[in-house]
Amino acid sequence: MRHILRQRELQADHWRHLGEQIAPGDAVIVPFAELRQARERWWAWDGRLGVRLAPIDRVEDLLDVLPRLDLVAVEFPNPGDGRGYSQGRLVRERYEFRGELRALGAGVRQDLVFLLARCGFDAIELAPGEDPQSAQRALARYPVAYQPGSAAVPVQRQRFYAA
Amino acid sequence: MYRYDELDQAFVDARVAEFRDQTRRHLAGELSEEQFRPLRLRNGLYIQRHAPMLRIAIPYGLLSAAQLRKLADITRRYDRGFGHFTTRQNLQLNWPKLEDVPEILAELATVQMHAIQTSGNCVRNVTADHLAGIAPDEVDDPRPYCEIIRQWATLHPEFTYLPRKFKIAVTGAATDRAASEVHDVGLHLVRDASGCLGFRVLVGGGLGRAPMIGQVIREFLPREQLLAYLEAILRVYNRQGRRDNIHKARIKILVKALGIERFRELVDAEWQASREHAPRLPLEEIERVRSFFRPQPYELLTDIDVTAEREPRFQAWYRYNTRAHRVSGYRAVFVCLKSHQAVPGDMTAAQMDAVAALAERVSFGLIRATHNQNLVLADVPQRELYGVWQALELLGLAMPNIGTLTDMIACPGLDFCSLANAGTLDVARQIQERFDDLDYLYDLGEIELKISGCMNACGHHHVGHIGILGVDKHGEEWYQLTLGGSASGVTALGEVIGPSVPKHEVAATLERILEVYRGVRHEDERFLDTVRRVGVKPFKERAYAPHPAAA
Repeated sequence: MRHILRQRELQADHWRHLGEQIAPGDAVIVPFAELRQARERWWAWDGRLGVRLAPIDRVEDLLDVLPRLDLVAVEFPNPGDGRGYSQGRLVRERYEFRGELRALGAGVRQDLVFLLARCGFDAIELAPGEDPQSAQRALARYPVAYQPGSAAVPVQRQRFYAA
Repeated sequence: MYRYDELDQAFVDARVAEFRDQTRRHLAGELSEEQFRPLRLRNGLYIQRHAPMLRIAIPYGLLSAAQLRKLADITRRYDRGFGHFTTRQNLQLNWPKLEDVPEILAELATVQMHAIQTSGNCVRNVTADHLAGIAPDEVDDPRPYCEIIRQWATLHPEFTYLPRKFKIAVTGAATDRAASEVHDVGLHLVRDASGCLGFRVLVGGGLGRAPMIGQVIREFLPREQLLAYLEAILRVYNRQGRRDNIHKARIKILVKALGIERFRELVDAEWQASREHAPRLPLEEIERVRSFFRPQPYELLTDIDVTAEREPRFQAWYRYNTRAHRVSGYRAVFVCLKSHQAVPGDMTAAQMDAVAALAERVSFGLIRATHNQNLVLADVPQRELYGVWQALELLGLAMPNIGTLTDMIACPGLDFCSLANAGTLDVARQIQERFDDLDYLYDLGEIELKISGCMNACGHHHVGHIGILGVDKHGEEWYQLTLGGSASGVTALGEVIGPSVPKHEVAATLERILEVYRGVRHEDERFLDTVRRVGVKPFKERAYAPHPAAA
């Protein structure tokens, strides 16, 4: 069973990615392209539904399915591709998504989890080989932040606040 | 100057601890070079030709005497006793050891300094007019806004992994001394019709492979909207900027592809839609930061003539290496890092210590780094000028050539940089040797010479009145010359005059070009203005050495 960091705790992951073994009723994460192609089928899925956004996917195109979703996963294919940070903030802030916002992909390394959490990601599926305990510590690395950010990683002091 | 509060100090301390851990993991083999690279870059650490290179941030170029002393101390203990000031007003160390870097960063943190985001695809050190706060032609001091931007951009959760580097410059003066039109974002402090302060915002300027001049995206942005608007620009760029080709990844390429109107629409839409979530910048916060940059406690002095009866070399220094000050009885003094015996921008530890002491004695303990790779003591009482000159003369920092041909910009080039195609330092030396006659330099007047060792244009060659670009031709170093560039007043990109020349011909070619200028200039016409008037053709015709057979 895969483990993920959720709300800074290491937990068993009960979600399945499309392509893994899936039984009816499972919580499934489906790539956005697949979800658009087979919208009716997935809308009627007998279980919790999540979407997986690639860096090129536009968050705006997600709006009409967002109410059906319990999870939005954002892919970070490598540490240098920062598009997912914008996708995550938009989903969380502008579109007020309250379900699980998950970062996943080969780019999700322990050194980036603080940024991810500040952008509103409450679930971190670490890249293979990353040590979860180190990532947990990294989430608490900074006691302060300059920018507004998610309360998922509370900081003692912050300089700028949103409206 | 700005002083860290508990938040700032806690932040840099945490950053040092984080990098110490990352370096340890790298040295232990837990982080591969590929994994370590983006992390070290965001802490200013490159791996160069001979050794790592550490680029230390000097936010908008402002240093205290204590900070300059610490830099001297670091160059002595961890490097070879000198540092190199850059065109982003930073300081580079060329020979630190990788395993020492966490300790260097810890040393910097003790004097409220760091090396954060001086490299990597993120918001870089924000630069400003080196005469900020004292220039007679200023609307408002740009440095508080630079400091606010510095803080907002530091480890920004959304914008630390952009498509490419992102450079911001702020100027508050009528004369642009910050090259703001060749920045990803240039901010000009202006007042609107009702007298309110705000910014004219330019976007999409930049040098490098495809040089472009920034375009106005907004004529007036209220100050309180600064961060919200920058976030809108960066979000559009972060989402839509190209990531498939490093040479097309700067924001200028996106702005050009979309057109400024379309880009503006996208930014405005993003700005409106983000109102609730963008960082606010209350006037109280602006005032808090501004309070660190209040005018110095100047004495009530009158302007005096300090050059009468003095030796010609001092008079020349006064004329070329000092500038007018807003407050009567004071001048701004350049500490010249362009002596003909030194690498442009280099400074020894002993010189740093001495200049720190001088700043404490005569200029409120502050020093500024300029984007032309000199330093400035900004607030010197005129009665002290002769003594300051004597002190600088002894230090080799009083070469009276500021604004002339040999006050040139040069990147480190092939001697240090792993990106370079050609050497710049020996070309600089060649030029210093050939143009060693000060009267000749003065006769040539104001000329900005800028040398880059490769297309990345760290030496800003495109906007030099004369630009020199090093190119690699089948393993040999050749140099391409451009004329007519400028980064102040009317920003313009230089025009290539023709084929590149071999290394040993650079200074001679330059001399032929300048002889053309001396021949065709109108009285008191600057080199740049002559080039603009007559075009590059007359220069092109004479620039190349006549073939021996034809001569």
